[in-house]
Amino acid sequence: MVEVNLHGRQPQTVINLRRVEELHEWSHRHTQQTVTIGSAVPYSVMETGKIAELVPALAQAARTVGSPQIRAAGTLGGNLGTCSPAGDSLPVLSALNAVIHLIGPQGTRDVAWGEFMLGVKKNALGSGEFVHSITVPVIQGWQGYAKVGTRNAMVIATASACLVRDTEEGLISIALGSVGPTIIRCSQAEKWLRKTTSLRAGAQINADLAVEFGRRVSDEATPIDDHRSTAAYRRHCVAILAQRLLVRSLA
Amino acid sequence: MTTTHPTSTSTRAGTLGTNAHRPDGVAKVQGGFAFSSDMWSENMLWGATLRSPHPYAKIISIDDSAALAIDGVECVVTAQDVPGNPYYGLIMSDQPVFAAIGDTVRYCGEPIAAVAADHPETCKRALAAIKVVYEILTPVTNPQDCVSGIAPQIHPQGNVYRHQRIITGDQSIVGDVIVEGTYEIGMQDQAFLGLESALAIPDSGGEGLELYVATQWLHEDRKQIAACLNIPEDKIRLVLGGVGGAFGAREDISLQVHTCLLALKSGRPVRISYGREESFYGHVHRHPATIWMRHHADRNGKILKIESTMLFDGGAYCSTSPAVLINAITHTQGPYKCDTASVEGWAVRTNNPPCGAMRGFGVVQACFAHESQMEKLGVALGLSPVEIRLRNVMETGDRLITGQIMDSVAPVEQCIRETDAIAMPEPLLPNADIRQIPGGTGLTAQPGNIVRGVGWGVSMKNLMYSEGFDDYSTARCRMTDGVVSVKFATSEVGQGFTMLAQQIARTILGVDEVLLDTIDTQVGSAGSTSASRQTWMSGGAVKAACEKVLEDLFDHAALTFELSRDHVRIEETDIVDILSGRRIAVSEASKGINLDRTEEYHHPPTEDLDENGQGNCHVAFAFVAHRAVVDVDVELGLVKVVQIATAQDVGRILNPISVQGQVEGGIAQGLGLAVMEEIIVKDGKVRNPSFTDYLLPTFLDAPLVEMVLIEEFEPKSPLGAKGVGEPPCISVTPAIANAIRNATGRELPRVPIRPYDICL
Repeated sequence: MVEVNLHGRQPQTVINLRRVEELHEWSHRHTQQTVTIGSAVPYSVMETGKIAELVPALAQAARTVGSPQIRAAGTLGGNLGTCSPAGDSLPVLSALNAVIHLIGPQGTRDVAWGEFMLGVKKNALGSGEFVHSITVPVIQGWQGYAKVGTRNAMVIATASACLVRDTEEGLISIALGSVGPTIIRCSQAEKWLRKTTSLRAGAQINADLAVEFGRRVSDEATPIDDHRSTAAYRRHCVAILAQRLLVRSLA
Repeated sequence: MTTTHPTSTSTRAGTLGTNAHRPDGVAKVQGGFAFSSDMWSENMLWGATLRSPHPYAKIISIDDSAALAIDGVECVVTAQDVPGNPYYGLIMSDQPVFAAIGDTVRYCGEPIAAVAADHPETCKRALAAIKVVYEILTPVTNPQDCVSGIAPQIHPQGNVYRHQRIITGDQSIVGDVIVEGTYEIGMQDQAFLGLESALAIPDSGGEGLELYVATQWLHEDRKQIAACLNIPEDKIRLVLGGVGGAFGAREDISLQVHTCLLALKSGRPVRISYGREESFYGHVHRHPATIWMRHHADRNGKILKIESTMLFDGGAYCSTSPAVLINAITHTQGPYKCDTASVEGWAVRTNNPPCGAMRGFGVVQACFAHESQMEKLGVALGLSPVEIRLRNVMETGDRLITGQIMDSVAPVEQCIRETDAIAMPEPLLPNADIRQIPGGTGLTAQPGNIVRGVGWGVSMKNLMYSEGFDDYSTARCRMTDGVVSVKFATSEVGQGFTMLAQQIARTILGVDEVLLDTIDTQVGSAGSTSASRQTWMSGGAVKAACEKVLEDLFDHAALTFELSRDHVRIEETDIVDILSGRRIAVSEASKGINLDRTEEYHHPPTEDLDENGQGNCHVAFAFVAHRAVVDVDVELGLVKVVQIATAQDVGRILNPISVQGQVEGGIAQGLGLAVMEEIIVKDGKVRNPSFTDYLLPTFLDAPLVEMVLIEEFEPKSPLGAKGVGEPPCISVTPAIANAIRNATGRELPRVPIRPYDICL
């Protein structure tokens, strides 16, 4: 709708999905420890309540989206359809290895996050396809999201990060927003951290290691200069965010 | 909020000194108020404007045939359709109504043509169908190149709008302590609500028209429109459309002439309404400026000499650039004593967006520099920010660097001391709500990441127009069979003048109901709603008209009711003969009579500056002090302004809650300039013409405001009040910058301060 209202896009056909009830639903599968969220569930539903308990990083990301009015209307379906690197929820979906369920003329298919976002505002949606729902795992451990913007609310991310620490598997994953053409998963830094230290429950990390982790995370970012900020500042931000999130995950 | 003195003696609801209700208040809160973009007329066409995508280019050809062939397109107007003066402007008539074939466009967004059609979507298609061939030229974007003369001349009237110096005192003086700095101020937008909109309705069969428009100055608009249309002014009636806000951005012509041209050519009512993006191209902005300043002081901190050069980028057309520059250089000293100064200022033409009036009008830029300097001077002398300022405070009777004697009430010391006495905010607690912490719900920081800083800013601001300009105001008051109505052409842009006019009439005439006539050009000019002037000027005119009507009423009542003419007074809603003690209700005394008076108010005359910048160029001044407390995430460069403490010199308080609103709103606007608001221009193009990327403070960015109003009757002012609109937004910007400097130890010579200025 932003494209239509502000950028003069004139689509030939518009299909209203608002009244397709299953897109507004979400569920928690206890057996598989997953949460599946319909593409039309608004951020205001994710901010608090049961989803916030099960997927706290998603709730934190949802809380940073626009104003209360926008959070009452905005959805994961919108973030995925637009696929901007600044999409607030996308680093969370990346760090949690979300699976995107698509539906289209050829039926349904599941796409792993890693194959979904292809570039700036480019995704794997085929002609006539739309996002049905998104499945994320319920993680044992810690997860958190942080977003830098130039004002204290209602702002597009200058840089953002989501860190997930799975204490059962001893894994840490971290994904970055607004610092490259796609959401960036920092697999090198993740690998380095896994080799360097234990990430299972009860693990301790010293401050120097957190700083080094931040530095390695920022090395994987590919930010640009634009009217919103500079590449250097964005790179600096993700280093600080990664460092702070890692420390928080162990606090 | 506390006030240091009680206000008016009258407590009757709605009179001066009370929190009278705004006549437009309920409608605005409930969404029923008609803004200018809500206007509609039977048989109305929609208008739209074609703008240049280039900052500097020669127009080779314009072909509108494809646009005219579109079903629903009524007409297209270009430069060749302008029957009168092809240019307009507030000070210099240098801005084309439309850029003409063979001439150049001088800024990105300059109008080239306008269309009228049956639907806004038809207008969009028509604009896309107009073919313009450009020869692209290299834009002049560095104002310094205009001062040094290396830039090619981009307009027949030259690249320098004004060059003025101020030289006074013994230039050989050298201080014991010298501090200097070069400061930069970014381009701020007024970002008003209620976007530019106008509805033109041609007279049936006549040659005139009626224009409903959201503007700051109906008569000046009419003068410029009439010249462009080549129609006598009395054939054009301007009516104020509902205005959402202005802050200086509605002082220049934007869509007025275009709308009239389309209405006259089509013979039908036409409305043009800008969207937010077009609004960024459609009005002038605050001047970006570079200011060098050097202060000399003795060992006790007394300022001995100030040297400064100021460069203001006026953009492609003149607008009010010369006057903005004069305000800036004449406020170099700020609210401090100084006998010796050498100041040189330039306002120049570039291919950047045109700049002109915005709340603070040149003083904002000068104040950012002098208050940054005062902070440095304090550090150099080991004096606190309060102490260095107190040792230099200006007083009534002081001689300014222009030679003018400060004859306004000047409670600068009181402003500083009252601000200093306001309690500091609580420290940031470890369990603070995330919304209190810099970065907010972005969850970037925890209280342990945060450093607190404190900074000061104090300012002086001139009131009314300067340099010999007689910006008078007119008002008409009628009392007909007991019903009072007032009429004026004063633009109500949200400041609350309509409310104030009612308060004045209620107080003077002893009535409770005051009708407001339409705000239009059927009465004399009120001057512009700018320069913190309408309470003083139009307030003065309404007061004068009401007092004349009152004298007539007393004449009538004295005869009719056998009262002693020389001893009658208004008390509450009665006429009282203080000799006999007889009381006649005003409603009774005014039955069956019709009184009608129109009066003008003129402020005392002022003078032009001479070649050394000497002259009594300003009418009056107001003062304010700000103390900012900020929390800074030093590693990420994010800022939360915790508290602004302020004491403002306001003269007599006519409506306490309105003053409070101006103070809080001005602080939010000054905060915006300090940490986020900037139109980013690169190679002559605006990069962020939307509220997605032009960031205004949200409620979570707005600080706690603790204010003291210094109420001292200003004898020169007709109502004893000073303008309160501009002062609150001026020194709050350097106060916040100084607080961030205090927290981070960085020099930060530029506003807005960007996160990476703090942490990289």
